[in-house]
Amino acid sequence: MTKLTAATAAAVGALVLFTGAASAEKLTIGLASEPTSMDPHFHNLGPNNAMSVHLFDRLIAQDEKQRLSPGLAVSWKPIDDLTWEFKLREGVKFHDGSDFNADDVICTMARAPEVPNSPSGYGTYLKGKTFKKIDDFTVHAVTGSPYPLMANDISTIPIISDSAGCDAATEDFNAGTAAVGTGPFKFSSYKPGESITLVRNDDYWGDAPGWSEVEFRPIKSGPSRVAALLAGDVDMIAGVPTTDIETLKGNDGIQLSQGVSNRVIYLHMDQFRENSPFVKGNDGSEIKNPLLDRRVRLAISKAINRDAIVDRVMEGVALPAGQLLPEGFFGVSDNLQPEAYDPEAAKALLAEAGYADGFQLTIHGPNDRYINDAKIAEAIGQMLTRVGIRTAVETMPRSVYFGRASRGSPDGLPEFSFILVGWGAGSGEASSPLKSLIHTYDKDRGFGSSNRGRHSDTEIDAMIEEALRTVDDEKRQDLLAKSTEMAIENVAIIPTHFQVNTWAARKGLTYIARTDEYTLAMGVVKE
Amino acid sequence: MTVFVIRRLLQAFFVVFLMSVIVFFGVNIVGDPVYMLVSPDADQADIEAAIRRLGLDRPIWDQYVLFLKGAAQGNLGDSFIFGEPALKLILHHMPATLELAFSALVLAIVLGIPLGLYSGLYPDHMVSKGIMAGSILGFSLPTFWVGLMLILVFAVELGWLPSTGRGDTASVFGIETSLATWDGLSHIFLPALNLALLKISLAIRLTRAGVREAMGQDYVKYARAKGISTKRIIFVHVMKNIMIPVVTVMGLEFGSLIGFSVVTETIFAWPGMGKLLIDAILQLDRPVVVAYLMIMVLFFVLINLVVDILYSILDPRVRLQDQGA
Repeated sequence: MTKLTAATAAAVGALVLFTGAASAEKLTIGLASEPTSMDPHFHNLGPNNAMSVHLFDRLIAQDEKQRLSPGLAVSWKPIDDLTWEFKLREGVKFHDGSDFNADDVICTMARAPEVPNSPSGYGTYLKGKTFKKIDDFTVHAVTGSPYPLMANDISTIPIISDSAGCDAATEDFNAGTAAVGTGPFKFSSYKPGESITLVRNDDYWGDAPGWSEVEFRPIKSGPSRVAALLAGDVDMIAGVPTTDIETLKGNDGIQLSQGVSNRVIYLHMDQFRENSPFVKGNDGSEIKNPLLDRRVRLAISKAINRDAIVDRVMEGVALPAGQLLPEGFFGVSDNLQPEAYDPEAAKALLAEAGYADGFQLTIHGPNDRYINDAKIAEAIGQMLTRVGIRTAVETMPRSVYFGRASRGSPDGLPEFSFILVGWGAGSGEASSPLKSLIHTYDKDRGFGSSNRGRHSDTEIDAMIEEALRTVDDEKRQDLLAKSTEMAIENVAIIPTHFQVNTWAARKGLTYIARTDEYTLAMGVVKE
Repeated sequence: MTVFVIRRLLQAFFVVFLMSVIVFFGVNIVGDPVYMLVSPDADQADIEAAIRRLGLDRPIWDQYVLFLKGAAQGNLGDSFIFGEPALKLILHHMPATLELAFSALVLAIVLGIPLGLYSGLYPDHMVSKGIMAGSILGFSLPTFWVGLMLILVFAVELGWLPSTGRGDTASVFGIETSLATWDGLSHIFLPALNLALLKISLAIRLTRAGVREAMGQDYVKYARAKGISTKRIIFVHVMKNIMIPVVTVMGLEFGSLIGFSVVTETIFAWPGMGKLLIDAILQLDRPVVVAYLMIMVLFFVLINLVVDILYSILDPRVRLQDQGA
């Protein structure tokens, strides 16, 4: 089977070469990171999810700003406190010609959390939900307590075919036999590390994509990716290195597309230890952890020149951040602005807190996870040193960093005192960062799982939990915004900037930039 | 000879075992793969489940014993990231690396030896000086930089060759190779040249030194006095004598071509083992890293063995004996 598809792909490829790449409707995209599988339930990871959107529709789709819109479900609503009803789209066909109905949804929801060997599955989104088929085109999802985020959770689950996919193993998806969805593209070939080829689904229920064939080529090295675009080997690339943006802007043959992402880069401060391991007095002696004092945290926030980080370090490809998600997302507050740069006020606050001469601090960060992460840590180190907090900078590969930052101390607690991290809100609304970063760390209830500073405030906790119970959108929006305002008021966390992602395409093509950082062939439009 | 080979294989087995200890513990005490794998949305229970599933909650000695048990049955563990057996993944990516290393070796021999021969025969000629200067560049320029320059010049500026990727492959004896199609050949040329650059320089220098030394030897003078043609002296008598160091070094370098194709494969997005390794290291896919290193050790040991056997063929004075006894 694989041999056959490979041969077909080669034949098609040769055909395209002979007919001239420009005239054919083939699109070639250079990806910065490659999916680890074609099984849409194997690995809950950005690149995998982006790839599966081509092949497998969700019940509820997320548009380029992660707003929800009808997918395979035409409508959804809570019919009582514990039950959500999904009305399914009729007349939709899978790539193999079979009809889509409620059985496919039921079997998908059963398979998604249970894929063998999955490094990180979709159980996170399906916990505590029971699915029932009411009729061929109605499905009920029942929960134990009121659950407003149902639609967001469901929008992450790719729907596979009952007949072709539900009993299939991951290898069958990689071979293509089980990769049968209802999406705008069909599987053609998958060669790990080399290429993924898809062809248009001419029977697609929605708008048919403008490309008859799409080839994704993983090109990990940034400069090579740019070179491949300049050489005309690919039509578009994702993840343009910030250092190349200026050069590409000056190139007439290239068009850039940029958009802010749902990823905030922020600082977490140790707020749970009296003696923090990486905080020292000026003479190197142990001191009481100054980060417990709100005034010190606020001083740090004021000492950071966010505009300078955006302009100098990020070469303009970022937005200064004053909260957890950029404007336009559900649950953001209209009242919050990025903390203004004010070194004098920072010094005054430090003096007021009893640290007129400052103290010593180490900032830890990854050096291969976020755009320019190590450089940002260095810049912040210098800014803090300028207001008297003598800051050392230590960066490390993410494979080492995240383990230590999460549970690196001898007793399994976060090891560092002051860290640089990022958070992408996969659900596209503010409860995601609030629940994981701000809520008190609570292992049993699954709150604060990434709260590495261990900030804890019962009032904020209560409000977040109330938001997570409130099905009414308007009320929930208010509760989320209010929780965010209180967290920022407490300086529980210091947001620095929102990442802006850049795609580059050959002249005549534009990409509709997405906040979830996905690279989708459907978003590439001809002018 | 048979005794020699058996003894060497036993030694190899010991070396591989020793390496398994070093590699396994070396790789397993660094970093934490769990946070590379789980989605940020995962809560504490999900993270703990992932730790248990990967067996990381067991003491490291347990993990090592499990690994050895599996290894004895030819199972080097499942990749954390792909969920497939690490060995299968590596074998799947191996043909791409082997064809790249093989092409680079061919380039090194085809270009390096004639150039070295020429500059050895006419050391004062301007061309020879140019060749030697070039070989210094080949030695000293970093591979990743040269790779990017090759792409910029030949793919971006001139547009003669494709910048990255493997191109079309065809099946030869059941193995997919890009050496069998034009498109594949055009894709492999730049990465092979990039990888070969250091080896070309090495071959030039070795050949040149050998030729210069041999040309002054008595047997060459005697052959001259006998009236044998220069061509025969060079290509039969001199070449035979200088080939031993060249074969040794090139043989050993073949191992390093495979081992160090990592940089070239990353720059040219070549889907070989090296790229698999670098991805595995970055994402802390421990089983793949361990399996890759184990295979590399095996490779080096085997290549050494082959080089020893080739010696005895090239130089009848060398007898393969049980020297250890």
